[in-house]
Amino acid sequence: MQDLGISILFKGINFQRLLGGLWVTLRIALITIGLSAAFGLLFGLLMLSKNKIAKGFCRVWLEIVRFMPQLVLLYLVYFGFARIFSLDLSGETSAIAMFTFWGTAEMGDLIRGALTSIPRHQRESAAALGLTPAQIYLHVLIPQTVRRLLPQAINLSTRIIKTTALVKMINVTEVLKVGQQIIGQFYRQPDAAFWVYFTVFLLYFIVCWPISVLAGRLEKRWA
Amino acid sequence: MKKFAKVISLVLALVLVLSLAASATADGFRTLDEVKASGKLVIGLFSDKKPFGYIDENGEYQGYDVYLAKRLAADLGVELEAVSVDAPNRIEFLQSNKVDIILANFTYTAERAEQVDFALPYMKVALGVVSPDAALITDVEQLKGKKLIVSKGTTAETFFEKEYPEVELVKFDSYTEAYIALLDGRGDALSTDNTEVLAWAIENPGFSVGIESLGSLDSINPAVTKGNETLLAWINEEIEKLGEENFFHADYEATLRETYGENADADSLVVEGGKIE
Repeated sequence: MQDLGISILFKGINFQRLLGGLWVTLRIALITIGLSAAFGLLFGLLMLSKNKIAKGFCRVWLEIVRFMPQLVLLYLVYFGFARIFSLDLSGETSAIAMFTFWGTAEMGDLIRGALTSIPRHQRESAAALGLTPAQIYLHVLIPQTVRRLLPQAINLSTRIIKTTALVKMINVTEVLKVGQQIIGQFYRQPDAAFWVYFTVFLLYFIVCWPISVLAGRLEKRWA
Repeated sequence: MKKFAKVISLVLALVLVLSLAASATADGFRTLDEVKASGKLVIGLFSDKKPFGYIDENGEYQGYDVYLAKRLAADLGVELEAVSVDAPNRIEFLQSNKVDIILANFTYTAERAEQVDFALPYMKVALGVVSPDAALITDVEQLKGKKLIVSKGTTAETFFEKEYPEVELVKFDSYTEAYIALLDGRGDALSTDNTEVLAWAIENPGFSVGIESLGSLDSINPAVTKGNETLLAWINEEIEKLGEENFFHADYEATLRETYGENADADSLVVEGGKIE
């Protein structure tokens, strides 16, 4: 009983299940990041628009995302929608919807920040040269914005990957939940938790570390 | 000031949404006929609480609760769809009709009974007292004037303070510390939930559970969404019927015996036919 240690990870299909859980984590995170990037661009441009209603709408959205804990938002989508609108979303759909809601606002705010950080005279010079607004965006603002944005956007992506751990609360069996289920099989073995959580830590690390390294390199190259 | 007003209005909007959520009493539950017609019974189970509900190394649901869940689905002639729940969101799963039944070691309390409907019990939990074999405590009267180890904030602590004030309590912050104290001989016996002490005594030779059931019993029951009468009535009927074949003793032998050991008395946990003596 006491000599099991790390071997509990390889009992039966435990390890396959952990990897399966990691795939669920990644699937949710990747879809979310893709959608957030697309919607976030729209969101960022909307925040910069002169339309007061559009701006106010973005502001409220961003505030909700900022001050509501993600778990509350998840519960609201998964349980709340089922109760109020009888809209029975699966755990994974709820998770992607909620994380996209969150990611869009955060990404949009990053895009807004990056765009406004470009010195004003660049836009004015480009206009003086006779570029149309579309050309100004395409050739002057967007290339510079992307450089400033990328490190922060990648940072946001790793945050999204890590925060998906919450979806275990709405019946999505991602990597952390699988880990806890494995610990549950060996609940009387004190070091089971250590080995399982250590492995889950490694799995997250293997996923997030390369992304982080990439961000660092891009930052250096474009600085 | 403008910003403050905005935040306040936002909070009010959210409160409105949440109160709507709370007041929208779930009418969307599935009746017995709807469950039958759909061909599957959705049951909320623990997936990490061995030996009651857990997923084994082959990825299969197992445990005392799961054994019953499988039987319920089989008797209804439908497939079992297991949904993994955690202790804090069990009620939520029922109220939002994400599951038909919760079978996740759900202890009956008056407070919970206002939010969900409990069926007949299928298990009971009371206090147990574990002590060294050399000086085994088999009756609570033997504890008088002796030192009893308990964990702070547990039912054991309140029970002994109220019912047996003449027993000297030695209190610890965690279960781990309390068990170590017993091993070290810093008390004559230790008391907590009987499921806990029974399992612990198996792991620690030289100690036995002399008192397996003490104090007021807590019952473990299936629960359905409030108002789902057809399903509730069927579960109750089923539990009574299963009692006739001693189903829950078979369940105990299949799932709990290994944890509680050969000498444990199944009757200190098992409830047959929904009747707690």
